[in-house]
Amino acid sequence: MHIKYESQLREPLVYGEKNFHQVTEDILRPIEVKPSRLWYIGFFIAVTLLLFGVYSLYREVTYGIGQWNLNKTIGWGWDITNFVWWVGIGHAGTLISAVLLLFRQGWRTGVNRAAEAMTIFAVMCAGQFPIFHMGRVWLAFFIMPYPNSRGPLWVNFNSPLLWDVFAISTYFTVSLLFWYSGLLPDLATVRDRAFTKLRKKLYGIAAFGWTGSTKHWQRHESLSLVLAGLSTPLVLSVHTIVSFDFATSVIPGWHTTIFPPYFVAGAIFSGFAMVQSLLIVVRKVFGLTDYITIGHIDLMNKVIVLTGSIVGIAYLTELFMGWYSQNKYEGYTFWYSRAYLFSPYGWSYWGMMACNVLSPQIFWSRKMRRNVFVTFFMSIIVNIGMWFERFVIIVTSLYRDYLPSSWSVYYSPSIWEIGFYTGTFGLFFTCFFLFAKYFPVIAVAEIKYVLKRSGESYKPEFEKLEAQPLDSFVHDNVHAH
Amino acid sequence: MAQKKFVVGCFDEEKVLFPAVKQVRAAGYKIKDVYTPFAVHGLDHALGMRETSLHTAGFIYGITGTATAVSSISWIFTKDWPLNIGGKPHFALPAWIPIIFELTVLFAAVGMVMTFCWLCQLAPGVKKHHFHKRATDDLFVMVIECTEKTNAEDLMALLKSNGAVETDIQVAEEGWWFGTYDKNDDLYNNKQVAL
Repeated sequence: MHIKYESQLREPLVYGEKNFHQVTEDILRPIEVKPSRLWYIGFFIAVTLLLFGVYSLYREVTYGIGQWNLNKTIGWGWDITNFVWWVGIGHAGTLISAVLLLFRQGWRTGVNRAAEAMTIFAVMCAGQFPIFHMGRVWLAFFIMPYPNSRGPLWVNFNSPLLWDVFAISTYFTVSLLFWYSGLLPDLATVRDRAFTKLRKKLYGIAAFGWTGSTKHWQRHESLSLVLAGLSTPLVLSVHTIVSFDFATSVIPGWHTTIFPPYFVAGAIFSGFAMVQSLLIVVRKVFGLTDYITIGHIDLMNKVIVLTGSIVGIAYLTELFMGWYSQNKYEGYTFWYSRAYLFSPYGWSYWGMMACNVLSPQIFWSRKMRRNVFVTFFMSIIVNIGMWFERFVIIVTSLYRDYLPSSWSVYYSPSIWEIGFYTGTFGLFFTCFFLFAKYFPVIAVAEIKYVLKRSGESYKPEFEKLEAQPLDSFVHDNVHAH
Repeated sequence: MAQKKFVVGCFDEEKVLFPAVKQVRAAGYKIKDVYTPFAVHGLDHALGMRETSLHTAGFIYGITGTATAVSSISWIFTKDWPLNIGGKPHFALPAWIPIIFELTVLFAAVGMVMTFCWLCQLAPGVKKHHFHKRATDDLFVMVIECTEKTNAEDLMALLKSNGAVETDIQVAEEGWWFGTYDKNDDLYNNKQVAL
């Protein structure tokens, strides 16, 4: 059942007097004009960071993991923290495009394309950390199960680390397919508006020869729906499996059954924060405020306050269980290593609490949710908080375990560890700048689809429909098949 | 590669398009296709197309993935190289659920996208005749193939009377071929972009 009508009570998804052609013009303008100076400056900074990251990795590959300040007790430090952080960020895109598609949330159309691109780049960044943490990165292909001359020696299918290999690579592949299949019609639009031969050729290749045939659209809709149905459990499974990396171990602070839902909520939380950071800039710089409206920002802030509070409840539950279990190792981890402010890493726990649980509560206020500056500031705070969360989980659990003789000295990262992390920022933003320059950042075809139902200038037409008696309204507007 | 003759009618409103489709079909013409800038729901039914079976293909690919994962992991861990992992059973199905699930999703997604591209003849380097450039922008382009009995003038008049904003006759290739789009000299010229 499909209703060709939307209530007056809902905010418009597209502002201004638009027709289909105007939508095309507005969204494609940024990729059809020369980039601004701001773009060049941003791109230059991103590439510089990327190059520093490449050099840091060169040191790591040449001289070994000793270039990082990891030790026997803290075997996972910044690298795995960053891995989990980036994977978490990579959850918003598929959540927006898949889960919100299944829930028929029309507002996803404005933000899904950029969020999906962000997902793909974030997962690319995430993948670097476990791969380079292996040390002998040239043997990284050993993690794939294939018949080999070493026995054949197979990978351990019972290990959460291998589940992670499958989860992340599947997630990356499916997100990429979902994103690109959605891009095809828009690339065809760019191709048909090409004003140079080179553009025509390259976008022609990239658009796969898309024509907009009705049969193709029918299959495309079916494909999107099934991919959304597949991606929804997938997106939940990926961070669940990442949490299994910790939860299936016997380290106090990791060995908890609450991890899967808690990690998934945290991932959505940080992912939406990153979407906010990027889109608030993009909508302003590209003049797309009619399409990524304040209403979109409001709705995403609602998701942020919800998931932030779920994460907060998880933190409190952990503290409670640390006491209730009466297990002295757990008690030590939760109540000394983490919650005691003056323990060596107490600052990171309270930083996390302040950023993730307390500060997002301002979004209960509608005024704050609709304030662009507050939202941008908060989106950065949330991502700092979520980085602290992963650092807290990994380092405070590891640095003092069962045997005091193996307790670690204070761990702080080396410059090459930091360099690797900043390098992934470089990779992420280099990709994002290129994406924003060469691809439509908003799904043009999908905006056109919602335009005549949810566009500001079209909504008043529905006033007389709303006044109709119910039976005739259903007869005219509900299309059942 | 056979050239065929087509009558093309362009519409700029969904509201006009649907009755026009009905009228043209009622007049006995067979609509080859309607090219639209976005998915117009219900148009496939109006054109009398059957539902796509792509989701069924997806299901088959999915269970292929499940079967591949279950059979290969169980063969590896019980027959080919049984590893003793803490004395636990070799056939450890619960521990394999994550990988079985991931492979199910992977096979279904990759298989479906490839089938989609195959059915719609979409691939890098594929070229097709485009009846109107604005079909990917703001026009709904109805294409009717001419037979020897078709009177193109009558048909164009019918389209016009049903609200077509543009009509013309084109002789074109029906299928697809390899090629790029830069060869024919039809760049988008009337661009007015504010810098």
